[in-house]
Amino acid sequence: MPDTLLFAMEATLNGLTAGVMYALVALGFVLIFKASGIFNFAQGVMALFAALTLVGLQSGQIPFSHLINAAFGTRVHHFGWNMPTFLAIPATVLVMIGLAVLVERFILKHLVNQEPIILFMATIGLAYFLEGVGDIMWGAEVKALDVGLPKGMSDTVDTLTYNWFGYGFYIDRLELWAAGIAAILVASLTVFSQYTKQGRALRAVADDHQAALSVGISLRFIWVLTWSIAGIVALVAGIMWGSKSGVQFSLSLIALKALPVLILGGFTSIPGAIVGGLIIGVGEKLFDFFMSPIIGGATENWFAYMLALVFLLFRPQGLFGERIIERV
Amino acid sequence: MLDTQAASGEDGYITPDGRKIGGVAMEMRNITLRFGGVVAIKDISFDIRWGEIRAIIGPNGAGKSSMLNVISGFYHPQEGEVIYKGFRRPKMRPYQVARTGIARTFQNIALFEGMSVLDNIMTGRLHHMKANLFQQALWWGKASREEDENRAQVEKIIDFLEIQHIRKTPVARLPYGLKKRVELARALAAEPSILLLDEPMAGMNVEEKEDMCRFILDVNDEFGTTTVLIEHDMGVVMDLSDRVVVMDYGKKIGDGTPDDVRNDEEVIKAYLGVAHE
Repeated sequence: MPDTLLFAMEATLNGLTAGVMYALVALGFVLIFKASGIFNFAQGVMALFAALTLVGLQSGQIPFSHLINAAFGTRVHHFGWNMPTFLAIPATVLVMIGLAVLVERFILKHLVNQEPIILFMATIGLAYFLEGVGDIMWGAEVKALDVGLPKGMSDTVDTLTYNWFGYGFYIDRLELWAAGIAAILVASLTVFSQYTKQGRALRAVADDHQAALSVGISLRFIWVLTWSIAGIVALVAGIMWGSKSGVQFSLSLIALKALPVLILGGFTSIPGAIVGGLIIGVGEKLFDFFMSPIIGGATENWFAYMLALVFLLFRPQGLFGERIIERV
Repeated sequence: MLDTQAASGEDGYITPDGRKIGGVAMEMRNITLRFGGVVAIKDISFDIRWGEIRAIIGPNGAGKSSMLNVISGFYHPQEGEVIYKGFRRPKMRPYQVARTGIARTFQNIALFEGMSVLDNIMTGRLHHMKANLFQQALWWGKASREEDENRAQVEKIIDFLEIQHIRKTPVARLPYGLKKRVELARALAAEPSILLLDEPMAGMNVEEKEDMCRFILDVNDEFGTTTVLIEHDMGVVMDLSDRVVVMDYGKKIGDGTPDDVRNDEEVIKAYLGVAHE
């Protein structure tokens, strides 16, 4: 088999796994957009905040320690114990649910029936607020996150492909795990939204508030539920990206990579987020592989956005989005 | 339902066409509703009896829709009380009212446009589902039996309202008249104690109106559903309803059988006179 083909295959595989990581972030956006028509600008920061909280809890850091030290002249920083991962993750989930309750109580409740653009602005505010709170609570330094997921080259894939093709593919084990976890996440979210009462209520609220009220659905409960789920998805994305490249401010910027994914997949489709992520991931890697020698490197920085632009021109609703029907 | 009838301690009446109407299901006592300085409803009292079709009529801006919104909990009156099934109803949110068995339709159709007709109607049964999240997700235990029961009930209503042919169609694609029918189906799916219809025939052509009329009467016959409706078309109201409340400028100016109301001086002056000349 020619080398170029092998390299292209490897790039495709790497693209698929990278795409899953993008899709994880995009999922959070889709969930909230579907349920409340809000484009949640704070999704990336939520992932950062969740990862920060997880690391903080694991290492037994005292939240707001800088603030406490400054106010009372103390020198506290750690509780002196480490929380095992299997406790720290549920604890972080609780924190994210708490966050959802606060968001509903202090933001959404007061903005019922407002234009989407106003809600969007509110989420920008939330993003900045969370960013600041995350810093004050857990400190701004780069932290390593380890939840026990394997990292580094997958030997199995390497040996397997070496035996088949005479050339071992390099695949990061973390990204394989991410793919598995994303699959489980998507499966459970789909089952939830299609087959459960709460899922049906969630879709109903997304469609029409008044009608939802008239069939006995509590809007506030559904909003808390949606934001909790988005918080949990943010945690998963935060864990994956945090394990990969450390927990730091730039984690919140992965949200930007989710935008082209959403434009490709459609803002309202969970499978769309996944397929969109995969297309962006594979497209990025293959484009880089074939075009870099010709037009120079670093195409990964802009390829996704260019692809999104092309999609906006020809299929603005995305691959799986609801069709835009104009009635005259 | 029989218990509450007994509790209300009143006997009903027999309609001219021989239907038996029960005791008081809901009583509105001295309801006053203000928006800022505007008085939408002024000290109105009336009752709704089990099994009857009760109409609220009046010229535009008379406060009919406001009254319906008070009953369904979308508005909260500043004064007066709502007695439901023999008890004074505390201040409730609309979704809580819906869960007490009051279903409604809207003047300007509020359906879930992105969902299929079937899914729309299924939402009407949301609070009949008791299985927990995991049972539902896994279709296990109570969940699958419940889903079967709910589907059976929904299919019955779909048959009844003759919308089999559109059950899988997304609501957004339906013409106006059918949307109204789907909205009625969703309200019926909740098996409501009281069904509120806000101008069920507004904007319909003659044929659609006749259909809707027939469905409202059939629903009342078949399920014994207590129905409160607001309607502009006088002919329709007089044919359909057992008793009529007439409102004008937020006040009640008449209450009685269609014949009583038709011959009432004040009503003729306020409404019928203008409408018929």
